[in-house]
Amino acid sequence: MFLTQTTLVLWGTVLLGITAGLVGTFAYLRRRALAGDVIAHAALPGLCLAFLITQSRSMGVLLTGALLTGIAGAFLMSLLRRISRLREDAILGTVLSIAYGLGIALTRTIQNHHRNERGADLESFIIGRAATMLAGDVLQIAATSVACSIVIVLMYKELKLLSFDESFCRVQGWPATRLDLLLMLLTAVTVITGLPAVGVVLTAALLVIPAAAARFWTDRLSWMMAIAAGIGGASGAIGTLLSARLDQMPTGPLVVLTASTLFVVSWMFAPKRGWLWNRGAAQEELAAAAKEILPTNTAGDTEVVS
Amino acid sequence: MNAPDSSGAILDLHDMTVAYDRRPVLWNVDLTLHKPGLVAIVGPNGAGKSTLIKAVMGLVPMTSGLVTAWGRSVDEQRQRIGYVPQRESVDWDFPINVLETVLMGTYGELGWFRRPTARHRQRALKCLEQVGMGDFAYRQIGQLSGGQQQRVFLARALAQEADLYFMDEPMAGVDAATERIIFDLLKTLRDAGRTIVVVHHDLRTVPEYFDEVVLLNVRVVASGPVGRTFTPEKLQATYGGRLSILDTMAEAVRMQQETE
Repeated sequence: MFLTQTTLVLWGTVLLGITAGLVGTFAYLRRRALAGDVIAHAALPGLCLAFLITQSRSMGVLLTGALLTGIAGAFLMSLLRRISRLREDAILGTVLSIAYGLGIALTRTIQNHHRNERGADLESFIIGRAATMLAGDVLQIAATSVACSIVIVLMYKELKLLSFDESFCRVQGWPATRLDLLLMLLTAVTVITGLPAVGVVLTAALLVIPAAAARFWTDRLSWMMAIAAGIGGASGAIGTLLSARLDQMPTGPLVVLTASTLFVVSWMFAPKRGWLWNRGAAQEELAAAAKEILPTNTAGDTEVVS
Repeated sequence: MNAPDSSGAILDLHDMTVAYDRRPVLWNVDLTLHKPGLVAIVGPNGAGKSTLIKAVMGLVPMTSGLVTAWGRSVDEQRQRIGYVPQRESVDWDFPINVLETVLMGTYGELGWFRRPTARHRQRALKCLEQVGMGDFAYRQIGQLSGGQQQRVFLARALAQEADLYFMDEPMAGVDAATERIIFDLLKTLRDAGRTIVVVHHDLRTVPEYFDEVVLLNVRVVASGPVGRTFTPEKLQATYGGRLSILDTMAEAVRMQQETE
């Protein structure tokens, strides 16, 4: 077999990056990027509760618990938005911190009581531990990836309509609320799948950064999805390879840092929307405008020069 | 049981009340449209004009009331009802071009999972031509002027090929050329037997462009043909004694007399 541990991890992080790019594009356009962060943080107490209830450290059990509380966190958020007069950022901050605090307290308690047991280490979910990924974990990521991609390709038209104009979507008779739930479910599943590798704190970054970077390169949604998936996959690959080279460097943060670097490059150098381009264009526009306003002065200047 | 039969009406609103935070925005609105035509909804700010349209379309919940179109609930007739929202309601920086936006008008007819075909694309292009935007099909929507964006929304509604249209301030903040194009188009639609209900803010153009008018201020003050309904007394009753509006009214009425 040619499947070394690095190749295995590589498969896992690349697939994860691609899925996060695809799903993240819609989360970003629908302005739900931070919802992913809340889901990720709310997943931590779920991991712990799943362990406490079942006494099992199998990845499937733990992630099911994480998915349940992650979704509960997202629901709590939308409930508070409807019934309270709190602003969105206040709600996000509150739900996220409470869930995370609870999660940290629970992991510590469990860690102290079950010190010398084998199996998934709950604290490793906080920043993730991709290096110890097993073949089963990669298969699970692959399954999620395929499932999310199929849903997105199949429902491309519906998700596009919902993201662009929710009221028009409703008016045409589409079940906008259920479509919105579907999008949230896709976000939650992607985040939860990323937890073991990238961790509670950083998973949401994988959702936001590739999508935000891709937006600089194109004005078409289909291309934006493809580019975001590419940036996500590339970040996974480069981050994993760097982590294999550099001792003691965890994979998750390196993947996120790679994505961030690609984001900065996109923001700086992308044509039309990038910073450099607009700086140049602004100067040209200014020069053109000045010429229109001051035709005689410009002519005078040339005479002096010649 | 001698209430007038409204089952054949294009649109029938009965006893519609809408409230935000227990404050009524619309109160006992009754409105029936029997004949196809161009209908303006006018009234002061906060009169509930946009809310009326949104409640009909099911975008805001009604506290009470019944809405039917051709004798059936709006949900059963969505295919035949088009909607042009206010331009500010979407993010114009969304990564989508003009043609794709107009194609959204065909999504309802397409149903789940199916993608627009060449035939739908042809139709969308034709609708763009009708609003004078044929050359802009492949532009990103954020690169358009306000008036052009409004025309794209109009083309999207046209692509649905509906029989009844609701338009929320389509003339707000558009240039004179766009206003002209929009009204010519509305007249074409009216002449083809369609009904268009427009939230309108410019009182001066009401007599020139519309067949019927609904004077709204939380409740319906008056509704009917422009000639009978758009009178100084009824406008006064709608707008109250607001002086700034009285000048506009006087001018509107004078223009109406000139056209007659």
